[in-house]
Amino acid sequence: MEYSSLIIIIPFVIFFLLGLLGKRIKSYLSGLIGTIGVGVCVVIAYVIFYQYFFKIGKTNKVWREIIPLNFKWFHFTDKLQIDLGILLDPISIMMLVVITTVSFIVHIYSLGYMRGESGEQRYYAFLSLFVFSMLGLVLATNIFQMYIFWELVGVSSYLLIGFYYTRPMAVVASKKAFIVTRFADFGFLVGILILSYYTKTFNFNMLIKNNAALVTTLMKGEVFCGLSVITWVFALIFIGAAGKSAIFPLHIWLPDAMEGPTPASALIHAATMVVSGVYLIARLFPVYFFASHDVLKMIVFIGTFTALFGSIVAITQNDIKRVLAFSTISQISYMMVAIGISGYGGCNGSAYMASMFHLFTHAFFKSLLFLGAGSVIHLVHTNDINNMGGLHKYMPVTSISFFIACLSIVGVPPFSGFYSKDEILTAAFYTQPIVFWILLIIVGLTSFYMFRLYFLVFWNHVKKLNVNYVELHESSILMLVPLIVLSLFSVFGGLVPFSIFISTDSMSFHTRIDWTVAFMSIIVIIIGIVSATFLYLKKNDKSTKIAIFCGKFYKIVLHRFYLNEIWLWMTRIVIFKCICIPIKWFDKHVIDNSINELGLIIQKISFSIKLLQSGKLQFYILIFLAGVIGLTAISFILLGVV
Amino acid sequence: MIKMEYYLIISTLMFFIGIYGFITRKNMIAVLVSLELMLNAVEINFAVFNRYLFPNQFEGMFFTFFGIVITASETVVALAIIINAYRTIGNIEI
Repeated sequence: MEYSSLIIIIPFVIFFLLGLLGKRIKSYLSGLIGTIGVGVCVVIAYVIFYQYFFKIGKTNKVWREIIPLNFKWFHFTDKLQIDLGILLDPISIMMLVVITTVSFIVHIYSLGYMRGESGEQRYYAFLSLFVFSMLGLVLATNIFQMYIFWELVGVSSYLLIGFYYTRPMAVVASKKAFIVTRFADFGFLVGILILSYYTKTFNFNMLIKNNAALVTTLMKGEVFCGLSVITWVFALIFIGAAGKSAIFPLHIWLPDAMEGPTPASALIHAATMVVSGVYLIARLFPVYFFASHDVLKMIVFIGTFTALFGSIVAITQNDIKRVLAFSTISQISYMMVAIGISGYGGCNGSAYMASMFHLFTHAFFKSLLFLGAGSVIHLVHTNDINNMGGLHKYMPVTSISFFIACLSIVGVPPFSGFYSKDEILTAAFYTQPIVFWILLIIVGLTSFYMFRLYFLVFWNHVKKLNVNYVELHESSILMLVPLIVLSLFSVFGGLVPFSIFISTDSMSFHTRIDWTVAFMSIIVIIIGIVSATFLYLKKNDKSTKIAIFCGKFYKIVLHRFYLNEIWLWMTRIVIFKCICIPIKWFDKHVIDNSINELGLIIQKISFSIKLLQSGKLQFYILIFLAGVIGLTAISFILLGVV
Repeated sequence: MIKMEYYLIISTLMFFIGIYGFITRKNMIAVLVSLELMLNAVEINFAVFNRYLFPNQFEGMFFTFFGIVITASETVVALAIIINAYRTIGNIEI
């Protein structure tokens, strides 16, 4: 399966091609090149998928890992070396399929959405860079390679958020996203380095082999600050994952990241990059399970909190993309929680499988939601849902696909979200009831805010718009086809028998729908949808009344619990004032001054000896003569003549 | 017979007069003249040392002749340069 390396090389080559050619090629041509390149990647991904799952993947009922390519990159010592390679196993192939499919669809959508924007070539080059780095991330054979690509996706996310670099908001948002994720990645890096210091390897296979025997034996008994080093390491790695996956309190960059072009948000900040944190934890799951169970508990705690937090905030937001961003935060935390509560082996590991399943279905319906939102924004030129309304009449296809995505995300059977959410809820129901009840509340909140969004945008009454009503029309065919395709994925994606392909111990197992849990979740969903319908379907002022009734609490939630302000305060007061200013003083007064003084002294010396270099020949001769006389005198004295 | 020291005093005087002229004069021809003075002082020294210290040998004398020839040719070259400089620049001040 050596051809699998092509899937990384092609986007990379296209990135260079488009990046170097720049404006020398026509914009539609660059879009076409990018789309075709990703199309080839899709084909390769599906071929790999077919070959792995139906031909060569299974030996003795176990999905084995295939490493078609591996070479040494840095060789430090015999035990410590950094490899680059490709690792094929069920979850990486699942990610491969998701990433290539969604990015292909997003590319096609962009052909319509980005038409006529200046810098389209740049956009497609960045998208290719992103696809390259994301594929490199999921195919990584070792944690260091993953880290490299981890940073690369961070960079491409930064570039795409700041795509409209003339807007100050976009520039600020891109910087914020980069700095916050970089801050988290620092934890990740430290974690990797400590891990490799003890285990002398970066390799995933080595780390998870024999139920993480390497980690448990080599790092046993090492204690730092009252916690074992194992806990430290895996908590630090989780911080990296939390930064990328927008887990509280490092989620603040994601809502702002919506300043980028909407298709890029759909690809990066909904479907692929933000789930890389979940993917990382899933990749290292056996280590987490066997070596550091405390960290898993922490993940469950933080994940549940973030999921609740995200869905509460999503209810009050008025920016269509912000609502979706908080929904993403909530759903990703769902996946994190699922990994956290999972057991190991067979049916015990069904939550792990459910997490991957939810990742899979979420990628499709969330990118569908984003693309639908993009179509709406493209039409009405605003993000504020208070300025939309009644758009169903004008864009029925978009509306229906958005509706399908809403049904899917809230988990109405038989849409895809139902299956994956049901698995998570079932697993929680039997292992951690408290978590289950919170997750159930979140299901209700999700259905409420999603339908609030849907009704406010597509139904309700038509509000004052920036554009003429005559101009309202359905989007172009290039933007509709992706919506339809993604709708199909959202409807039928749940039928994939995930438990056959993905499990904690690589063995297939069977799951069935637990109807008690499903029944409860359906009731909660109905409550959510009905209340949303009651409040938002028709024009009325009930919602404002409730907002006024809630008073302060509403305001706090609307301002996202003032977390941005808290972080800003932390940065301004703690980091800038307490750390940066003393350092700046030291730099200015001690380091700069010492260098300046040195320079001044040298300058003075050079001024005083500058006169010797007059350029007057006769003066030189005089000095020469003086030298000769002096030397003669000295030699006379030394020889003792005088 | 005149004492050797008298010759040496004369040559030393010539040498330092030459140095003085070489350093102070601005006219290139004057500088050249000073240079000649220094060289001639050295040649006097050669001749005198040979005559007084090693009367049976002639190396010093040959060296003097040699020096005179070199001085002459050097003067020719220097004068040519000075004349060229005068033609192009218009003066021969250093």
